[in-house]
Amino acid sequence: MQLLEVKEMTHFFGGLRAVHNYNLSIQPGEICGLIGPNGAGKTTIFNLITGIHRPTEGDVLLAGENLVGLFPHQIAARGLGRTFQNLQLWRHMTVLEHVKLGRYSKLGYGLLGAFLGTSKQKREEEEIAEKAMDLLRTMRVDQVADQNVLNLPYGAQRRVEMARALATDPKVLFLDEPTAGMNPEELKQMMGIIRQVHDEMGLAIFLIEHRLKMVMELCQRIQTLVFGEVIAEGPPEEIQNNPKVIEAYLGKETME
Amino acid sequence: MAQLTGTVPGYSLSGVSAMLRRPFSGAPLLAWLLGVILAVSLERILGAPLALFLGLPRIPMLFGFVIALSRPLLFPSALIYVLIIYLIPVAAVLRLAGEATNRAADLLMRMPFLVTVLVHLGLLYVTLHLWSGVSAYRVLTLKLILIAVIVTTSLNLINGYQGEFSCSHPGFMALGAYGASVFTLILFVDDKIFGTALLPAWLGPFLFPLGLIAGGLVASLGALAIAIPSFRTRGDYLAIISLAFTFIIKSLVENLEVVGGPRGLGSQPDWANLPTVFIWAVLCIWTINNFVRSTMGKAVNAVRDDEEAAEAMTVNTRRTKMINFMFAAFWAGVAGGLFAHVLRYVNPSTFGIQKLAEVLAMVYLGGLNSIVGSIVGAVSLSMLSEALRPLEIFKWIIIPLLLILVMIFRPTGLIAFREFNVRNILSPRQNPQREV
Repeated sequence: MQLLEVKEMTHFFGGLRAVHNYNLSIQPGEICGLIGPNGAGKTTIFNLITGIHRPTEGDVLLAGENLVGLFPHQIAARGLGRTFQNLQLWRHMTVLEHVKLGRYSKLGYGLLGAFLGTSKQKREEEEIAEKAMDLLRTMRVDQVADQNVLNLPYGAQRRVEMARALATDPKVLFLDEPTAGMNPEELKQMMGIIRQVHDEMGLAIFLIEHRLKMVMELCQRIQTLVFGEVIAEGPPEEIQNNPKVIEAYLGKETME
Repeated sequence: MAQLTGTVPGYSLSGVSAMLRRPFSGAPLLAWLLGVILAVSLERILGAPLALFLGLPRIPMLFGFVIALSRPLLFPSALIYVLIIYLIPVAAVLRLAGEATNRAADLLMRMPFLVTVLVHLGLLYVTLHLWSGVSAYRVLTLKLILIAVIVTTSLNLINGYQGEFSCSHPGFMALGAYGASVFTLILFVDDKIFGTALLPAWLGPFLFPLGLIAGGLVASLGALAIAIPSFRTRGDYLAIISLAFTFIIKSLVENLEVVGGPRGLGSQPDWANLPTVFIWAVLCIWTINNFVRSTMGKAVNAVRDDEEAAEAMTVNTRRTKMINFMFAAFWAGVAGGLFAHVLRYVNPSTFGIQKLAEVLAMVYLGGLNSIVGSIVGAVSLSMLSEALRPLEIFKWIIIPLLLILVMIFRPTGLIAFREFNVRNILSPRQNPQREV
């Protein structure tokens, strides 16, 4: 069985057809890429799958369970972790608090535990903090755990966001342009981290990316989206040489 | 010219303040508490004769402010009184017992944390008890300040931690005040409205907490009624709906003859004594502090800063907002119940727009997203409003002016976005010299 399956998803914003007949299937441990020119609907597809928008038609199945109609937090708790295209961090919280909050749905102490600060609550907070520190170490931001996120350089903020997404114990990790705005050095580090996360945790990853070099290197399978429709899908080499893709996307770059 | 305008090292303003602070920065909270206890004990023994000797009509009730403002000629005497009774003993204790109290604080920190906290709270209570024991006016002021602390801290949960603007706290207080009053009046008081008492009066003080909790729960239910329509969206809706709620509750009570209508409800039993109010204030701060520092409470901050990201991190944002709102309302209700039993009379006009302005001012003066800030805001604004009483109408020019200044220079309040870390506050202070 596929881990994540999207069947014939179509979405309209008013009269505008943003996504048309979109299909996706991701197997456990696979890295899949989604590319396409600006405004093709890549982020919309992310938002549809993660529940921010409800698709007009179609099904989203995670390990066989239909996710359509669930709240985003329910979908996230079932195993779809995500990062955002423009960093969406909480401006008054520390790095550690960010990652700890990823465990929200798995908190065992109830409200009374939180109000009264029971020993069970304290123990659990410590366990969460330990797990969060592990993730921060993987992301190489453990040194700044007690800093406010806004004090961190851009690349580190990206990694905090990823650590936060990983804290939710995702089955599939959605990365929305994980290297947007990064310099070459940060880019290299981020690619290393994505590989490491993939190898160590055996995660399936679905990523939107603009830098083709990175997508070609990382992904086992790539979809090309133009005007809400997938025009080509396949392994990197195939996509690279697909004339439709070159026309729609790469064509512009070769002009330069 | 350049030399004249340049600051001479050691004599600049910051230099002077550092010089004043240095001898005292090494003293732990324990030393401060002991110093103040000494000062207030001194006042009980020497206060009256000293005041007589200095030509003051009586012991200055609020550190000489009232006397200095109403009879300016007595200002020097009031100053001397404050110096002799408060400042010198406290400074002496900090200076002489700094070392010893540091060791004591260190010893206390090694005991179970609960013991440490209880010892400090005990000392704090002794301080307040001795200070207020001088007159009934001080007791009443202190009780009202503690109630203001509860209301302010709980409103900060919504306006600060959750970042929504709520105007419904007077309404919640009214619900709590009437809820608790009806509870005690029906059960324990032979009353014109509710008839004879159902339970023997000696049970009362034991069941009084239940009455307060009942009042708090009624307020929480009121909060639920606001939360359901207004938390579907963000923005100004809550401000408008909550303001409407306050007015609805007020006119509802005014028109309910069962609870006395506009005449109000009186003859509540005198159970809200200082220790009771103190314990409830401590409970309020304790639970709120636990909540906002837990991961569950951090979710409230996450919802404020980025709701979409919070959802993506598995946070049930709607539930989080509702719980926080109802929790805040609960404490406002408890505060209302205490308020009714401190004054032993409530009427609906108390819980109007002026109360709202007062509480909002305390929250924004003290600082958003900060429990220490709320305590500071509530205490300082209540004290100020008492101290400036002799200025009569000008009081209402000075206090808003002060608020405007705070908003200009510190837009988020005096002590905003600070965690209330009890452990740090109680721990012994390291001497700078010994640290090396």
